[in-house]
Amino acid sequence: MIHPPGAMVRVKDDWPETSGPCHIRTPHYLRGHVGQVVRALGAFPDPEALAFARPAARRALYHVLFPQPSLWPDGRPGDEVMVEIFEHWLEPAS
Amino acid sequence: MSDLLQTDGAALLAALRPILAAKGLASPAEIEARLAETERASPARGAAIVARAWTDPPFRARLLADGTATVEALGIPMRGAPPLGVLENTATLHHLVVCTLCSCYPRAVLGYPPFWYKSAGYRARAVRDPRGLIAEWGTVLPQTTRIRVVDSTADYRWMVLPLRPEGTAGWSEAELAALVREGDMIGVTVPRVKGATDAHA
Repeated sequence: MIHPPGAMVRVKDDWPETSGPCHIRTPHYLRGHVGQVVRALGAFPDPEALAFARPAARRALYHVLFPQPSLWPDGRPGDEVMVEIFEHWLEPAS
Repeated sequence: MSDLLQTDGAALLAALRPILAAKGLASPAEIEARLAETERASPARGAAIVARAWTDPPFRARLLADGTATVEALGIPMRGAPPLGVLENTATLHHLVVCTLCSCYPRAVLGYPPFWYKSAGYRARAVRDPRGLIAEWGTVLPQTTRIRVVDSTADYRWMVLPLRPEGTAGWSEAELAALVREGDMIGVTVPRVKGATDAHA
């Protein structure tokens, strides 16, 4: 676990689906957005490899919290969105 | 000739079963056992867990800390099922569960998801306009309660532990369980006591 609870993280602004078949568990509406790590959820075989029957490394999974209005223009201040995101999709943000 | 009863899914399953057996991945008996187990799960199972959590504080603490092990101890088979996380609603925090990517749902404790849970409309609106969405169920939260939308995108499955409604002091576990509906454990509704003149109040 490299992101402790409370750490600010940015979801990578990557779009692998634009360059070929893939299976991604990171919703598009989060790409490039900054959130806060709530908790580590353990490690699971990488679904991006599992989906293609490739050897799957175990990836750390985190619960990350985003202010809802930062994601959607009609969001209500104070509301939140909490999402499970794998470690290789997160980079430190300050 | 097309057969109304022969869906694409059924045809796919019929083709897949012998392959799974031939490769030794899942025997017909194992598939039947899993189907039977899924059929046994229903919102009533989740409601019983909620009622127990409302009346048994140590159980509630264990449930929130480790949902999988805690429901397994109740005799709910979790082997091979994704881990279960339970999210507690409070007076100031309300959880709403959605899977925007597909239809991840805590089937081990709630059974099959309701049809709308898998709809594009529910999935899109839950993250974008959660208050407007749950208002369609008649659910209006106090301004002081913030909504935490839980997008179930990966390996966990999430169940909401709703807030115990007022007017239920002294109720038995069975009476409380009868109050809890499927939507309460997804977060589109909250448990309510029907009628103002309540025998228990």
